[in-house]
Amino acid sequence: MSKPLTVWDLPKDEFLAPGHRMCQGCAAAITIRHILKAAGKDVIVVMPTCCGEITSTVYPQTAWRVPWIHVAFENAAAVASGVSAAIEALKRKGEIPEEKDIKVIAIGGDGGTFDIGFQALSGTLERGDNVLYVCYDNEAYMNTGIQRSGATPLGAWTTTTPVGKVWRGEWRPKKRKDLIAIAIAHNVPYAATANPAFPVDLYTKVKKALSIKGPKLIHVLSTCVPGWRIEPEKAVEIAKLAVLTGMWINYEYENGVYRVTTPVPKRKPVSVYLRLQGRFRHLTDEDIKKIQELVDADVERINKLVGKQVIGPVES
Amino acid sequence: MGKVLPLGGNYAVAYAVKACKPDVITAYPISPQTTIVERLSEFVANGELDAEFLHVESEHSALSVAIGAAAAGARTYSATCSQGLALMNELLYIMSHVRLPMVLTIVARALSAPINIWNDHSDFMSVIDSGWIMMMSASNQEAYDEIMLAYRIAEDPRVLLPVITSMDGYIQSHVVEPVEVVDDEDVISFAPKRKSWVTLDPDKPVTMGAVGDPNWYFEFQRQLWEAMKESRAVFDEAVAEFSKKFGRDYSAIETYKLDDAEVAIVGMGSFMGTIKAYVDRARKNGVKVGTLRVKLYRPFPSEDIVRALSNVKLVGVMDRALVPGSPTGGFLHSDVACAVRQAGLDVKTLGYIAGLGGKLLTMDNVKQMVDILLKYKDVKEVPKEPFFIGVRE
Repeated sequence: MSKPLTVWDLPKDEFLAPGHRMCQGCAAAITIRHILKAAGKDVIVVMPTCCGEITSTVYPQTAWRVPWIHVAFENAAAVASGVSAAIEALKRKGEIPEEKDIKVIAIGGDGGTFDIGFQALSGTLERGDNVLYVCYDNEAYMNTGIQRSGATPLGAWTTTTPVGKVWRGEWRPKKRKDLIAIAIAHNVPYAATANPAFPVDLYTKVKKALSIKGPKLIHVLSTCVPGWRIEPEKAVEIAKLAVLTGMWINYEYENGVYRVTTPVPKRKPVSVYLRLQGRFRHLTDEDIKKIQELVDADVERINKLVGKQVIGPVES
Repeated sequence: MGKVLPLGGNYAVAYAVKACKPDVITAYPISPQTTIVERLSEFVANGELDAEFLHVESEHSALSVAIGAAAAGARTYSATCSQGLALMNELLYIMSHVRLPMVLTIVARALSAPINIWNDHSDFMSVIDSGWIMMMSASNQEAYDEIMLAYRIAEDPRVLLPVITSMDGYIQSHVVEPVEVVDDEDVISFAPKRKSWVTLDPDKPVTMGAVGDPNWYFEFQRQLWEAMKESRAVFDEAVAEFSKKFGRDYSAIETYKLDDAEVAIVGMGSFMGTIKAYVDRARKNGVKVGTLRVKLYRPFPSEDIVRALSNVKLVGVMDRALVPGSPTGGFLHSDVACAVRQAGLDVKTLGYIAGLGGKLLTMDNVKQMVDILLKYKDVKEVPKEPFFIGVRE
């Protein structure tokens, strides 16, 4: 068995140029940077309307050192399918050399994936198009100013789920919809979650996904400084705490087999994660208990899928 | 060269598309367009056409796929109509403004509501400001010819705009006419794929669809205006070579018995055949009436129209799409009236709304239209409200 990778082993190439306008501490920037390290230069990136799009390509500047296209909000998957089909056809007709391995990656936010882009994503996944779709999930419409999305978790304050006398943040009583399960239900060969605090894991997953033909999906938690009401220097720490509390589980699915890539033998209580974020500051102990129960159930579900207890109980 | 086949308009278009060798075809089924992509599927299925065919889950994704494919360097084709075109709407503007060539066929059909699958021009007219070059045929031969003209114009480096070709739903799409189908080699030599546009290439990375802030957005729009204007010269070159090569005419407008006409009917699409037939009848009774059919709608052939109508007293413009609340009730009438006014012509115009949602145009209806013209031809003030032809009041 080869030595495990460390950050020092990742390619030095930078295909996302510095000087983009993403916020200080933005996890999307970290995520995109590592996706591109894994992809290398022969890639075409498609982005829907999202924070990463609007901040990286203000004409006449661009932060992208690889070919990149934005078309609209709800169609990144379909545009990526079109790019992929073109490559396929042009290779067959000799316009692109057969041996040139050009990868196609769509990178969208949670609004563009869970909500408005959901239909196009389903089309791409069910057809089996050769596309890697990455959702960087900051759990609300951050680009338009922190509005509630289909990915906003229970209790979170947003500008459209404000905290008042009647409302107490997002009230959906269950865990939000399960993007990975939805991808798997489309019979994709590969689906995974990842987290910017674990860049080597993210890098490895993107690498693996790109080596597989067909539709792949990677769902990445993306801590958001203005949207989560956190300090920029806490962005990675909070992303890490998401994993250590079981609020986020790093795992992958490959041809019917589930594997947790970041085992957590002893979990921290979710309050450790929630209490660092302004968007959850209104939560009562009772509210937090409810969230803890949701997380416990999810941990149990994942342990069952894996077939052993890789995520342990909450440490006392 | 070629052979004459009995073809419905949709099959005629499918033959033309096949001959143009698109790399990527993508579409969603919608009546009356569907048989175009059915036939194209058959061509791909039996190996006659080497293309990627993407069965998308909506028209929105069809045009999204097309944009991605064209951006990556593919010659791309799709077809739609009515609600499908409406669902594509935001992407029509994006495709033209990112300056990607493709060809899209609209098999013209009414827009809901009430839901109606029959023919009028309300879908076509709903996208006339989208930055696409737009043509509308009146015969299946023209529907066929438009495809190769469209690819040639779209991919010309002086243009780089997508092109809409169109025909009337059912009246053309499902009615068989003799169509001269040219040999595929002759089609592709007339409209060879040109690598004229910027593409997504890892060896020459570009950013497409960047944010255009107030400092740049307007400049992009200005360039599109120029490209659209320039496309007219490219269109003229293309149709000149087309007629030399294939011995058929395609022009921005078609005129019929206008030379000595006192009154004229202007319109688009297949209804103009009925109107021409009535003109022949009326001429026998000494009525000096002629017709003008607009084939190229964007860029609008103002000069051609003005030249053709300069000696006419009164023009009746038939719109097959209603624009509620507008000055004339129809875009074609507004555009014709504007062209005439800009040229300083002393020609009056009035408007008809006809044939909405598949209501057919009878000879009696055309008689009514001509009688209206005769009634008002020497009157100073003509009605501003459109005449609704063939509707139950």
